[in-house]
Amino acid sequence: MERTMKLPKRVASMPLRFHGGIVALAALLVFNSLFTPNFLQLQTLFVNISQVATIAIVAMGMTLVIATGGIDLSVGAVMALAGALAPLIFLSDLGAANPALGVALAIMLPLLVAGLCGVFNGVMVAVLNVQPIIATLILFISGRGIAQVLTNGNLQTFSNPSFSYLGTGKILGLPFQGWLALVIACVLFWVITRATWGRYLLAIGGNERAAFLSGGPVRRVKIGAYVICAVLSGFAGLIVVAINSASDAARNGNLMELDAIAAAVVGGALLQGGRAPIFGAILGAVIIQLVKYTLLANGVEDEVALIAKAAIIILAVWMQQFRRT
Amino acid sequence: MLDEMAFDLRKYLRRNSASVTVWVALLALILFGLMRYDNFGSAYNFSSFLNYNAMFIAIALGMCFVIMTGGIDLSVGSVAAFTSVVAAYLSPYGIQVALPGAVLAGIGFGAINAFCIIVLRIPPFIATLATMLAAKGGALVISGAQTISVDWGSNFTKLGMGQALGLFPWAIVIVAGLTLVLGLMLEKTTIGRTVLAIGGSEDASNLMGLKVNRAKAFVYLLSGGCAGLAGLFLASGFGAGQPLEGIGWELSAIASVVVGGTLLTGGMGSIPATVAGALLLGLVFNVLNFENGQGTISFSAYWQMVIRGGFLFAVILLQSRVIAKQQKVIGS
Repeated sequence: MERTMKLPKRVASMPLRFHGGIVALAALLVFNSLFTPNFLQLQTLFVNISQVATIAIVAMGMTLVIATGGIDLSVGAVMALAGALAPLIFLSDLGAANPALGVALAIMLPLLVAGLCGVFNGVMVAVLNVQPIIATLILFISGRGIAQVLTNGNLQTFSNPSFSYLGTGKILGLPFQGWLALVIACVLFWVITRATWGRYLLAIGGNERAAFLSGGPVRRVKIGAYVICAVLSGFAGLIVVAINSASDAARNGNLMELDAIAAAVVGGALLQGGRAPIFGAILGAVIIQLVKYTLLANGVEDEVALIAKAAIIILAVWMQQFRRT
Repeated sequence: MLDEMAFDLRKYLRRNSASVTVWVALLALILFGLMRYDNFGSAYNFSSFLNYNAMFIAIALGMCFVIMTGGIDLSVGSVAAFTSVVAAYLSPYGIQVALPGAVLAGIGFGAINAFCIIVLRIPPFIATLATMLAAKGGALVISGAQTISVDWGSNFTKLGMGQALGLFPWAIVIVAGLTLVLGLMLEKTTIGRTVLAIGGSEDASNLMGLKVNRAKAFVYLLSGGCAGLAGLFLASGFGAGQPLEGIGWELSAIASVVVGGTLLTGGMGSIPATVAGALLLGLVFNVLNFENGQGTISFSAYWQMVIRGGFLFAVILLQSRVIAKQQKVIGS
């Protein structure tokens, strides 16, 4: 009857949402250990962990937004904005006079601004009923524009060891931001499975009208999801700046929205909402990062890698349709 | 008699409040410019303004059809960048080769969008976001990440820099023709009415036996083709194929469409008002450039993005009130 393509029943009935991702991860690992030179070395692991952490952090926020049935295209721009603000603060006179206060402010204020971006997105979507794509498209373009206006489009370089700890620090030999991503994941996992807020989040994605009629605080929860996503993006933006010891508003977080959406979807989030697989988002981020690394390490040009990434996103969303059955 | 006419006019104004507003705003801004700046009304400003905005109008026209079906096309900017490179490569063979070449390249990306959306059933914004990425990558690959200079010996640059009959830039003549054709198509043809019906309710259109998939494929091919045309104008107007151009163009196009009164939810729209919307957005930048020239404000290129976003924000705020009002009417 249905004319869309279907997988064989036995395959379709498997809990494919996770298995597909794990199979892909295993295939990537096998391929890399066979063909990529120097893949099985500790250094490779460190490089990949420090890169994957930013994708994972943003993807977790994106997962929350997608769980409400929305989408946030502005994550990359928010990263650029937060990343542009931080050096401005600790390089200012106040920051130079009080290094500790400067660094503290350079972390808190950009996160606050990122949170305000989230409030903006959330109010547009939840209160004014603008479609999420359009609502977040505004900051997608102008957020980066604001970051470039603030820095006059210049690359800001700096040397500030205590701020750079965000991106280069190590705990138990593993990069700091990897631990940070894990902690965030555990907190969000707890919130989604145990806290009332998390139950409402999933209820809204499942059936927004039902959630509203049963007295759920729909608006507040939706705005909250956008705020968390934006704050996490701001965090990721700070980490990228800390890794590079430089802030480039034009490049920080560029195309991150695609990575984050792809990671969330590969990890098992449904674009219609109603599901928030937090650890799935991390798995998705690891896969996306490994694909990037595989292409890069095997001499594929950046531009061609863009096309490959586009294909992966289409493939992941297409595969998702089989899971619903 | 007179009373009846006045009543009709009021009714017309209420029903078309968005598109009337955009025309009034356009006129007001033109008057403001004419009074404030000396050279605002000059033939040079007029023709260069239209010439520069021809590509934005072209993209907005395609976007208008996509949005009327309730979809969205985020790939237009990158596709225009891609086709500007294609056009630059084809420029030695003249405009008769470069024009179909660029438009076909755009339609090719439109076909990818249509395939992903209709056959693979991927949501339009994901599909077109992926195409945006692919077109960007493609443009960088075929250009070697370089700006590609066009051939100045052939008739190619006439398109963007020459004048038809010594009056209007060629680009604007083509866009005016396109506007006329698409406007008639929307009002008079089956496919145009189907496009509006899909935006109203896709399920209902399907159940009524309308050729929904064909109309949806048409709008994405059209949008791709329009982006191809915009890339052509870009290459011939600036003398180079520019793989890194086109950032934020989708936002301009969406803003133009929305300010013209087209609902983002689809099912309603106007071609002339979309053109007016694109002109209005272009004029905002034109006026800001004049202010910049007079030294009253200093305005770096980076502000463009911020202003585009702010413009869309303002428009959406207005529209969300209109929609809320309509829903109240339906509800009561």
